[in-house]
Amino acid sequence: MFPELNNLLNTTPDRAEQGKLTLLCDANTDGSFLVHHFLSFYLKANCKVCFVALIQSFSHYNIVGQKLGVSLTVARECGQLVFLEGLKSSVDVFFRAQAEPHPLQFLREANAENLQPLYEFVREALKPVDDGDAAWRCPVLLVDDLSVLLSLGMGAVAVLDFIHYCRATVCWERKGNIVALVHDSGDTEEEENNILLNGLSHQSHLILRAEGLATGFCRDVHGQLRILWRTPSQPTTQRDRSLTYQYKIQDKSVSFFAKGMSPAVL
Amino acid sequence: VTPSEGARGGTGRQLEMESVLALRGLVLLRDSVEWEGRSLLKALIKKAALGGEQVHILGCEVSEEEFRAGFDSSINSRLVYYDFFRDPLNWAQTGEALPGGPLGALQAMCERTDPGPVTVALDSLSWLLLRLPCAALCQALCAMSRQHACRGGGPAAEQLCVLGLLHRELHGPGPMGALSSLAQTEVTLSGTAGQASAHILCRRPRQRPTLETLWFSVLPDLSLDLQGGPPLESQPHPDPHTPQVDPASHLTFNLHLSKREREAKDSLTLPFQFSSEKQQALLRPGPGPATSRIFYEPDVFDDLDPEDPDGDLDV
Repeated sequence: MFPELNNLLNTTPDRAEQGKLTLLCDANTDGSFLVHHFLSFYLKANCKVCFVALIQSFSHYNIVGQKLGVSLTVARECGQLVFLEGLKSSVDVFFRAQAEPHPLQFLREANAENLQPLYEFVREALKPVDDGDAAWRCPVLLVDDLSVLLSLGMGAVAVLDFIHYCRATVCWERKGNIVALVHDSGDTEEEENNILLNGLSHQSHLILRAEGLATGFCRDVHGQLRILWRTPSQPTTQRDRSLTYQYKIQDKSVSFFAKGMSPAVL
Repeated sequence: VTPSEGARGGTGRQLEMESVLALRGLVLLRDSVEWEGRSLLKALIKKAALGGEQVHILGCEVSEEEFRAGFDSSINSRLVYYDFFRDPLNWAQTGEALPGGPLGALQAMCERTDPGPVTVALDSLSWLLLRLPCAALCQALCAMSRQHACRGGGPAAEQLCVLGLLHRELHGPGPMGALSSLAQTEVTLSGTAGQASAHILCRRPRQRPTLETLWFSVLPDLSLDLQGGPPLESQPHPDPHTPQVDPASHLTFNLHLSKREREAKDSLTLPFQFSSEKQQALLRPGPGPATSRIFYEPDVFDDLDPEDPDGDLDV
């Protein structure tokens, strides 16, 4: 996790909030550094994490995780991390008997209508442990990322339904958190992606949006991060809840600074 | 502003907000990601409940617990809640799901209501619109008001008020337009500098539609606090406006013209502009040879060849 980002979000692993949906989105840049941040953050916060990783391999996340101070191998072995490696298990779907349910079953079906098998996988993975002492703090679902489900043929409403059920189970029933990444292509013609992004935005408590700089690539400033806090159903008197920072990604950390205040130009 | 004017302005704003409920029919609350509308929906529900109406809520987007938060117990006991959040698509197969899906629930709502003023809150219309065909939803909304009017058997004024929360960014112009045409009132939420505003478009029967803008905030106890106008500029912006810088100040050269220079510039005729004076000058031959003369001093390297250089041209 990146300590500077924790400061901006005013949170630490011991004081992590519960029952929240955090939406990560990126536009014209790669927002996966945010995924790595939250993965290591919640592992350090002693939460049980179910990671639906559809984009990269386990070893990729493990290597980055080690730079950030967590070992995914150890977490997986002791049961803290349930890792669905999309790239590997998608192949299993085709070599498995059809009767057995598989979380990525929709890949096999011609007209997969919903992501219920994937939801059942998440629900099973984050089931509370029956023994008396709670080993882990709260369940967390992390998805990298949801846009790829659209490319694999699911409709935006099916993905929204999947997240709806995850919210009902993980956030409401079990007081856990969800963090999901969605790409924003910026193309108004991509209706399905826009419905997914906007639909999730309305349900989120926190939106982190990584954008490339409007002026193009820069060696010292990799992009801009917009942070928007929302309270979808409680009225708040304080409305000043949006911040924008620029950032630079380094080998083991990300540094944040106010717009125009990059150390390279000061 | 004299106190009486202020008071009048206050009651005027209250009336405008009251008319949202008073007009009955379909009320669309159109919100956006930045300016959420659920708290306004809850504030209107509270108003309706305090006014003695029956209130039915179709809850799809947030849990019943979260929705009921903020209402006090007397109001909460009056709200009839249909929970479509926990298991809307019946994946759990527990048999507890409401039959007929959301449309069935809308119909059931009409059958369960007693005659009299009823407010139905849909949280949210967007949720329904994404999963049901637009035509079916519009027909269901029309049927609701017809059914209720039939059962009431009462005065011509409609007794049913349907508050629908709609997320602007989720739908195309077609469905939005269809719902708009069914709506008696449309409240569009936006804001500036941390203050929310509501643009209220009322379509009263046999009158021209009226458009009003109100600045408001919803207090933690879900009552509405209406403000007079947009917030003062002294509030610090999260994104400070860069001050206007005059690029022509502090220069080492002069970019401005004095009055005389400006007059001279304006009276100058451009060389290729064919004005009437120029035309006269050309038509009338000059008084003598041209006043300008050319003096030429050949120097050492000049090659003065008396021969005509174009002599070999066969012209």
